[in-house]
Amino acid sequence: MSGQSFLSTSGTEIAFVLVGIVALGAALLTVTTRQLVHAALWLVVALGALAVEYLLLTAEFVAWVQVLIYVGAVVVLLLFGLMLTRAPIGPSPDADSRHRPLAAAVAVAAAALLVTVVADAFRTTWITLRPGAGSAEANGIGLFRAWVLPFEALSVLLLAALVGAIVLSRRRAARPGVHEEADD
Amino acid sequence: MHLLYPVVLSALLFCTGVYGVLARRNAVLVLMAVELMLNAVNLNLVAFDVWLRDTLHAGQALTLFTVTIAAAEIGLGLAIVLLLYRRRGTSSVDRLDELADRPDPPHPDQGAGPDPDADQDADPDARPAPDATSDDQPRKAAA
Repeated sequence: MSGQSFLSTSGTEIAFVLVGIVALGAALLTVTTRQLVHAALWLVVALGALAVEYLLLTAEFVAWVQVLIYVGAVVVLLLFGLMLTRAPIGPSPDADSRHRPLAAAVAVAAAALLVTVVADAFRTTWITLRPGAGSAEANGIGLFRAWVLPFEALSVLLLAALVGAIVLSRRRAARPGVHEEADD
Repeated sequence: MHLLYPVVLSALLFCTGVYGVLARRNAVLVLMAVELMLNAVNLNLVAFDVWLRDTLHAGQALTLFTVTIAAAEIGLGLAIVLLLYRRRGTSSVDRLDELADRPDPPHPDQGAGPDPDADQDADPDARPAPDATSDDQPRKAAA
């Protein structure tokens, strides 16, 4: 892991901006398309482009975790959720609520505020990218030396979420004395 | 690389997620927009970690934690959405408003019932507080 990189510094910036445009466009299509399954597929593009951004920021391990968990697991879960709630294939006109102009106004105002503040705060800040700073080795050393306790607490949280999801999605048997309404 | 590129991209992605949460009607699409917001936060964390380069790798460790929490959140959220769809036959967040505060209650008998109770509850709540302070004062005096 010497200082050699595939792209030069300005090449990295150009690639970052181009992939960022792809990510932002896919994210916009995710929240605006009227075809529900296409929204999930555009989400794959946005999350994959974000994984490429992590790679360009030398965070290799986070990039592969992103590909594995988000593109691999979360989007598949979302597609299953769309299928199990019988989302229509093809355009559905009621995908957006009637508060759409208000939501757009709030989002544009938040974007203007955030970009103004952030651009003012970090106008003169530069990152020096060093290859190897985000490798699996560096992340593993950090995780298992300094962050062991949060890591283990997080595994308990995952177990609790798993048990909760199973309990919620289990079709419970009709017990005597329990009044169930609209249980088909 | 200029720090502005990742940070501005993350701010724009977050606002896209905000628009999705506010404008979408299907609950699964709302969850997708929440994922976009979480990913914007992750990009911010990675960018600041690469910038600050601390020895503990706090930014990337927190990114991994956020990814894990997002996975747990999406699992639980989809389980809730599926349960609601099975019970109510819809996954539209506009129609799932049974817990909403309405200005005029649909059942006047049930709506008028809790108000006198609330007034009666409020008075005993107000009374023990002076008693507690008056109890505390002799103890402090004795101490």
